[in-house]
Amino acid sequence: MNGEAVVFWVFSIVTVASAAVVVLSRTLIYSAFALLFTFFGVAGLYVLLGADFLAATQLLVYVGGILVLLLFGVMLTHKIYDLDLRTETAQFAPGLIVAVGLFVILSATAVRTRWMDLPRPPAPTTREIGRLFLGQYLLPFEAASVLLLVALMGAAMIVRRRRDA
Amino acid sequence: MISLQHYLVVSAALFSLGILGLLTRRNAVHVLMSIELILNAANVNLVAFSRFSAGNLGGQVFAVFVIVVAASEVAVALAIVLTLYRLRRTPNLDEADILKG
Repeated sequence: MNGEAVVFWVFSIVTVASAAVVVLSRTLIYSAFALLFTFFGVAGLYVLLGADFLAATQLLVYVGGILVLLLFGVMLTHKIYDLDLRTETAQFAPGLIVAVGLFVILSATAVRTRWMDLPRPPAPTTREIGRLFLGQYLLPFEAASVLLLVALMGAAMIVRRRRDA
Repeated sequence: MISLQHYLVVSAALFSLGILGLLTRRNAVHVLMSIELILNAANVNLVAFSRFSAGNLGGQVFAVFVIVVAASEVAVALAIVLTLYRLRRTPNLDEADILKG
């Protein structure tokens, strides 16, 4: 086993195991902290895939932004003194069947298909991604910025306390 | 040698776990976490295909767009969950049946 394989397996096991904790843990706060390890594991996989810009973005946006937002959600939808932040499951057996079936089908397809296999030698990607954003993908880039603005205003408007209510 | 298939199987596992959480959890914040797992699985796929298709960076560009959409989705969804909690005093999705006739 070479170094790349060792790193890949370490990050994969961290990612999948912590994702399992996220889904199966009965305590919401444990799920939130396990999600942190999932995001780190996925960032490690990005580094292994030579996506340096995306790995940094993953850490900044997911760990720095989305996870903090989710923790706010956990704290604000429970009373803080309510230490027993348990969540129940519903329809666990059918859900498990669907998930296992989906995994079997997806991985069988992934393994059996003959994919194009032309690995790119690792090189810095930030410059090229910037060029693509302001060239070929300029319209989606602008649409994404408008989406962020609309989501920001919409979120602020939805949680605002109405005076007449 | 780690090939594209390895990444696809890891991504499939992440996706299936996200689907499991999405289907079985009652707490809305928990469901949001499962959706994040699904989006991360899609991103791993995009980046893996980008790596193994002779350096076509379009996949990484789309992964950035997925991250943007995930961020705005979480912001709006949490706003809705907080409003629901204020209204009904419950974070559980199956108790939010105000619109049921």
